[in-house]
Amino acid sequence: MNGEWGLPSDTQDTFVSFDRVQKSYDGETLVVKDLNLDIGKGEFLTMLGPSGSGKTTCLMMLAGFETATHGEILLDSRPINNIPPHKRGIGMVFQNYALFPHMTVAENLSFPLEVRKIGKSEREAKVMRALDMVQMGDFGGRRPAQLSGGQQQRIALARALVFEPELVLMDEPLGALDKQLRETLQFEITKLAHRLGITVVYVTHDQTEALTMSDRVAVFDDGRIQQLDAPDVLYEQPQNSFVAQFIGENNTLTGRVAEMHADMCVVRLDDGELIDAVPVNVSAVGDRTQVSIRPERVEMNKDRLAPDAHTLKAEVLEFIYMGDIYRTRLRVAGHENFVVKTRNAPDQPRLKPGERIEIGWHPQDCRALDA
Amino acid sequence: MSDATAGNLSQAAAEARREDAAQTGPMLAADGRPLKRSLNRALRAQKLRALALIAPLLIFLLVTFVAPILDMLFRSVENQIVSETLPRTVIALDGWDATDLPDDATYAALAHDFKEAAERRIHTRLGSRLNYEATGLSSIFRRSGRGIDGVGEPYADQFAALDPAWEEPATWIALMADPDWISEQADWLEAAQDTPEPAFRLVPGIADVLPETTDAYRSFARTIQTTGRTPESPLTKEPWATVYLALYRDLSGATGADIGAYSGPGATRLQTAADAVAGFETIPLRDAFAEVADGWVQMPVWTTIQTFSDPYTAGYFLAAVDLQLTPQGIEQVEDNQRIYLTLFKRTMVLSLTIMGLCVILGYPIAYLLSNLPMRTSNMLLILVLLPFWTSLLVRTSAWKVLLQQQGVINDLLVWIGLVGDDARLTMINNQTGTVVAMTHILLPFMILPLYSVMKTIPPSYVRAAKSLGATNWTAFWRVYFPQSVPGIGAGCILVFILSIGYYITPEIVGGRTGIFISNRIAFHISDSLNWGLAAALGSILLALVLVLYWLYDKIVGIDNVKLG
Ligand SMILES: Nc1ncnc2c1ncn2[C@@H]1O[C@H](COP(=O)(O)OP(=O)(O)O)[C@@H](O)[C@H]1O
Ligand SMILES: [Mg+2]
Repeated sequence: MNGEWGLPSDTQDTFVSFDRVQKSYDGETLVVKDLNLDIGKGEFLTMLGPSGSGKTTCLMMLAGFETATHGEILLDSRPINNIPPHKRGIGMVFQNYALFPHMTVAENLSFPLEVRKIGKSEREAKVMRALDMVQMGDFGGRRPAQLSGGQQQRIALARALVFEPELVLMDEPLGALDKQLRETLQFEITKLAHRLGITVVYVTHDQTEALTMSDRVAVFDDGRIQQLDAPDVLYEQPQNSFVAQFIGENNTLTGRVAEMHADMCVVRLDDGELIDAVPVNVSAVGDRTQVSIRPERVEMNKDRLAPDAHTLKAEVLEFIYMGDIYRTRLRVAGHENFVVKTRNAPDQPRLKPGERIEIGWHPQDCRALDA
Repeated sequence: MSDATAGNLSQAAAEARREDAAQTGPMLAADGRPLKRSLNRALRAQKLRALALIAPLLIFLLVTFVAPILDMLFRSVENQIVSETLPRTVIALDGWDATDLPDDATYAALAHDFKEAAERRIHTRLGSRLNYEATGLSSIFRRSGRGIDGVGEPYADQFAALDPAWEEPATWIALMADPDWISEQADWLEAAQDTPEPAFRLVPGIADVLPETTDAYRSFARTIQTTGRTPESPLTKEPWATVYLALYRDLSGATGADIGAYSGPGATRLQTAADAVAGFETIPLRDAFAEVADGWVQMPVWTTIQTFSDPYTAGYFLAAVDLQLTPQGIEQVEDNQRIYLTLFKRTMVLSLTIMGLCVILGYPIAYLLSNLPMRTSNMLLILVLLPFWTSLLVRTSAWKVLLQQQGVINDLLVWIGLVGDDARLTMINNQTGTVVAMTHILLPFMILPLYSVMKTIPPSYVRAAKSLGATNWTAFWRVYFPQSVPGIGAGCILVFILSIGYYITPEIVGGRTGIFISNRIAFHISDSLNWGLAAALGSILLALVLVLYWLYDKIVGIDNVKLG
């Protein structure tokens, strides 16, 4: 896909803009391939992608620690390629926090203010305000080593915000924390970002984090943006099989397009069975395709489907009781990892391994993607 | 049985059980032994195994490190040589007020001590030792070894003239020796002489009659029995002249001898001699010693012996800081002999200079190395280590070739025209040479700890600083540098401590003005053989290092030192 990702029409001005940016470290392979990306003022944009997909590199180019091999990066409509990092005024939060170990928390926070030659009393006031903002007001005198991981990350956040930058970059800031702390901090970061009205470019490889925090998510793979959309669109309407696989849980079946209609197609699976799907990136009868269906959109009750809908035979391999949901693993069309999630409700059957059932879905939930 | 009694009984039983537990006290293991003891036993095996593993190294360290250091510390205060070589003199001098030359008894004691020492050939050693404290004593001692017999000979001659029997070994043996020993000795002489010679024994009681003579004769007998390549027997050897001196002094009543009480062999001969000594021609011992060596009738030799008669002395330590012990107390040595304080100061100043140069030169290199990709930095690190694989001597000599007046650098400077041919720089055999060569040699010791510390500083710190608005310099100075300080600390300690003990390089390129205290220590160890002073200098150096280490710990904190 050749991504030209502009802003959704209803958002404000472009604040950051990547224009045909390429990056190569070794002169042989491109780590970032032709990146075009506009980020709006006040937007919370997440770069999501597997490790090595070039997310950090993009962030470092924006921060000024790497230079683009080709293309331009604009900040507030000004090209920043020739502005040194310390003049860009971009706040940054690192995964390892990068709090200066020889300074106290308060000294860490006042560092960006000192280098900006801000007077002492104003500095102290701002440091105090920033510490209060992350609920760490009592910790000014401590050394970073005397804080827990979550506390350190809060301080790092406060330090990136204390000099009131308009743009803040965060590179996997919560990667080293445990799940519960991550969820708390995710919430706090989004709340703070919206309250302060800053633009945030957030990097993560955790899709839940991306979905819950962001206004828009850019899914990276292989140095390209595979899809850039709001979280719900991304989840419900993946544009290719990579995005479908990467975001959330997903069942895929392979086959060829058998019939092609305007907004519907019929796919003949490899074992000969037929199913309905929405054509996304298939164009003609005979194209190979991967159809993708979310586990929670699979219907096991035939009565709820349209009368002429195609159904598939399935054999129950495993039934897992997970409290709020049931998770059933099926053998479908020769695939053994077909998962169905059903709500734990009185009308839902608890299936036993070996049972044979029929499954189906509403055609709009199933997307025929690239093979 | 009523319910109440039953209740009471069960309560009593419970109490008894509780008491039982309280009496047994410690927790028991499954086999009934106290848990603590079982645990100790289990741990003991582990400890023994651990000990066995480190034992070879421990022993090695004890033998090659701890023991030499203790020996050095001991040597720096040890001074038994005086009291061991001149035991009688040291006792006689005890209480001497050092206002005038000592009395006759002291001279007599010296005569006996010195004769024995001369026979054992240890008088020159003492002479060398005392020469450290007062120059000239060595030659007095050396000359006296030959002339000491002159002190006793007049008496030997007069006793022989009185009765030729006094020249006979047998006369003396009969007078002095234990009869049992005499027969053992005779047997030994007749036999193959391959068994150890029976040690001379005095006949009981003779020491009361002739105290000084007995002492002198025993000294004679024991000495000839134990010195020389072929031990000699008192049975066949005429006593030393000093024994006759002792006999004269005993018989003339100078020592409180009681001849009338004697009735053993040769009693009449002894009585005759006692009656005759009053008519002997005598020379005051002082004058006799003046003949031997005129130093003996001057004060310095006596004051020196008295001052250093204690088995332990602070003299070496005082000498090591240009002080000396005199009868009047502690004084500075003369100006032209003060060298050690200067040397200590120079060692410190030059070591600090070298350390500073190493930091200045090593820091950028370590910084570069730690910021290069692993492969390149490993290769460059080999270049840093390369000097380690070249002989120290070769490297130092190479500097000699480079730095000398007709050397490569001077040639180059002259060729460029920077200095005139007649004004070539002196860069070797002075402090410049020492500093240049030692900085080169010790540089790796600075680079390696710096490198290993810098390697652990994540680049994200500097990036964070820059993103917060710091210029390159501010980011370096306020964020990077403080974190590299532990490396600087480690490097400085290594370089400084290695440097103040350095010896070979200053020796080769230091000339006269560029040598360190260690060169002087080496000189005393191998040339002047003044091991006591060498040990004192070494001890002071050790103490200096420890003090500096302690100071460093106070100021910088030793846990602020990281070697990697
Ligand atoms: N400094 C660098 N030198 C050479 N290659 C690099 C460097 N930084 C990253 N890379 C390479 O670039 C690719 C993308 O890396 P990165 O941007 O860190 O990915 P991500 O942050 O998405 O995990 C990876 O293949 C990585 O090996
Ligand atoms: Mg990354």
